[in-house]
Amino acid sequence: MLHTVTLRRLIPLAAASALLVAACKPDKDVEEAFAAPTPLTLATPQGFPAMAAMPADNPLTEQGVALGRMLFYEKKLSSDGTVSCGSCHQQSKAFTDGRARALGVGGQQHARGSMALMNMAWSQDFTWDGAHTELEKQARVPLENPVEMHQSLATSVTKLQQTSNYPKLFGQAFGSSKITEENVLKALAQFERTLVSANSRYDQALRFERSLTSTERQGQQLMGHATAFVRGAECVHCHDPQLLFAGPRHTFFNNGLDQPPFADPGRGGVTGVAFDQGMFKAPSLRNIALTAPYMHDGRFQTLEEVLDHYSDHVKVSANLDPQLINSPNDPSGRITLTALEKQKIIAFLHTLTDSTFITDPRFSDPNP
Amino acid sequence: MLFRTLSTTLATLLLGATLGLTACDDDNPTTDTPTSGKLNFEFENVVGSQSLTFGNSYTTLQGDQFTVSKFNYIISNIKLTKADGSSWAEPESYHLVKQADMTSRNFEVSGVPFDDYTGLTFTIGVDAARNTAGAQTGALSPDNDMYWGWTTGYIFLKMEGTSQQSPTGAYTYHVGGFQGLYNSVRTVSLPLPAGVTSLHISATQTPQLHLKADVQKLFTGPKSFRTSQINHIMSADSNAVRLAMNYAAGMFRLDHVHSGE
Ligand code: HEC
Ligand code: HEC
Repeated sequence: MLHTVTLRRLIPLAAASALLVAACKPDKDVEEAFAAPTPLTLATPQGFPAMAAMPADNPLTEQGVALGRMLFYEKKLSSDGTVSCGSCHQQSKAFTDGRARALGVGGQQHARGSMALMNMAWSQDFTWDGAHTELEKQARVPLENPVEMHQSLATSVTKLQQTSNYPKLFGQAFGSSKITEENVLKALAQFERTLVSANSRYDQALRFERSLTSTERQGQQLMGHATAFVRGAECVHCHDPQLLFAGPRHTFFNNGLDQPPFADPGRGGVTGVAFDQGMFKAPSLRNIALTAPYMHDGRFQTLEEVLDHYSDHVKVSANLDPQLINSPNDPSGRITLTALEKQKIIAFLHTLTDSTFITDPRFSDPNP
Repeated sequence: MLFRTLSTTLATLLLGATLGLTACDDDNPTTDTPTSGKLNFEFENVVGSQSLTFGNSYTTLQGDQFTVSKFNYIISNIKLTKADGSSWAEPESYHLVKQADMTSRNFEVSGVPFDDYTGLTFTIGVDAARNTAGAQTGALSPDNDMYWGWTTGYIFLKMEGTSQQSPTGAYTYHVGGFQGLYNSVRTVSLPLPAGVTSLHISATQTPQLHLKADVQKLFTGPKSFRTSQINHIMSADSNAVRLAMNYAAGMFRLDHVHSGE
């Protein structure tokens, strides 16, 4: 199946290059003929579920990914030449920026915090409110948003076309050195899909390559659901049960940070449904120790503050997910964790840090 | 290595593709006359005679106040029976209905042999075979919010919300379990609405079934309960079975049928 899909894509490309060769008659705008790009297969790491389907019109290629990586770190794509995707998505911080709320060109502040970028080939909901389901479409937002890079994609295309290197790179990736908006977005999305994190200590433990300490294992247990006999913090209901991916597909939750009226409507801003106000995507907890501060507006500085929230400060409203106030842990229904339990959970969360991922040279700035 | 470069030659690729295309053409017979049609399902979730709206306040027939914030269930093994007792079963029949997702409340069943059908049967939940087969795709994909990661198996029905009478002010019912004493898989047979003698499926007729699922009937039935008694079900246990007995006894009804001419 995957192969067939790859093929179908190659044919038009091959055909296009053939046509280009044919068109190479004496003409002042002669375009170089480019060889078809080299297909790239993203391997599914051991134990991972199947990837979301790749878009049929944007298969991964070596040249496309390499170009996407250049563009990801390209400051020419911002209006004042100071900001790239990589400014707000820094590899050392699992592609976040360490700020509560992101800063764009001219020091303008975004309403929300930057998000970790990883394992996006397995995800179908992007941004805090899930407003995007396709990486290709999502990439246009930061490029053009006044509080992010603030440059129309059309202008970016013109700027790139005038450089000495990009036209050729686009030619190698997409068969034509005439740069298009679509191909800028496609290349970015290709690079993003290769950002795979699969080598945390927890991954290694799941692959039986090492074991977790007993404190860490107890922490993991405590993130499960509680019964009359077992204490648990219910984290698995909303964050992935395996604790490695984002929460359930197309599902959003209010985790009790605020009560109505919500400063940020979250999912309600996308659906227009009042009940969806204050609901957000439950992000993957992978690499969470690297991505402080936490929540969509970066209100919590530390994981301790996050645990204190779930344990003791969940705010009740009609929009709140009832699982946070209906726990068998305590007669009140609150999650109520002891200081020691919180520490154990935090110890487990640290096993989700993937140091290979944040130092992988394939993901770094190609022109530092 | 995460990346594996496909260094197969283009020639092989092109050959493969050509074969693929030829195969596709063969799949597309234009001369055969169709022998099967479709049936559309539309699920409407209600509270008694009212429509279900998240966050609205309702009262159970036992007098407990409640709101709903999540309501999902899995419908499987859809079967249509004929007057002569024979039947047709949908292959790979798993459908997830979510109140929060309007598109999930309507689905189409295709490949139904042209005929007149007089009965409708389906299962609420996932049969034992699929429950033990590990994570699946489609309606049974584990990232659908209906999969118990910490045990194996699916959640058949999930309802959550608040209730003043609950000791915590909230309730979370996750019903599942497919074996032994705590089996919550239930199959229901729904009579056709009064005045409808059969579902006629033909090349020109795709009936539309309008089903209603009444949330009231989760609380009330052969095992009626108060939210003060049961407010937390999170595994296959005797309370899950109580809810299953209630949902099997009358939560679903075939309200009306559009003949779909
Ligand atoms: C000014 C800082 C900033 C820049 C520059 C920026 N981003 Fe982001 N990124 C954010 C913020 C803030 C969010 C969350 C947005 C939201 O929820 O509305 C985000 C979210 C995302 C997400 C969603 C991740 C997920 O898992 O849901 C993707 C993908 C993404 N950015 C890609 C990019 C790409 C590609 C670029 C460059 C074209 C880029 N970003 C540039 C700040 C930035
Ligand atoms: C009811 C669903 C739900 C439960 C249960 C839940 N979370 Fe969350 N979690 C969310 C949502 C939704 C967000 C994003 C909220 C926002 O930013 O407004 C979130 C955010 C987080 C974040 C911040 C992520 C980031 O990138 O900033 C952490 C850390 C976290 N949760 C940990 C936990 C832990 C640990 C538990 C168990 C004690 C838990 N969560 C239980 C839904 C949940």
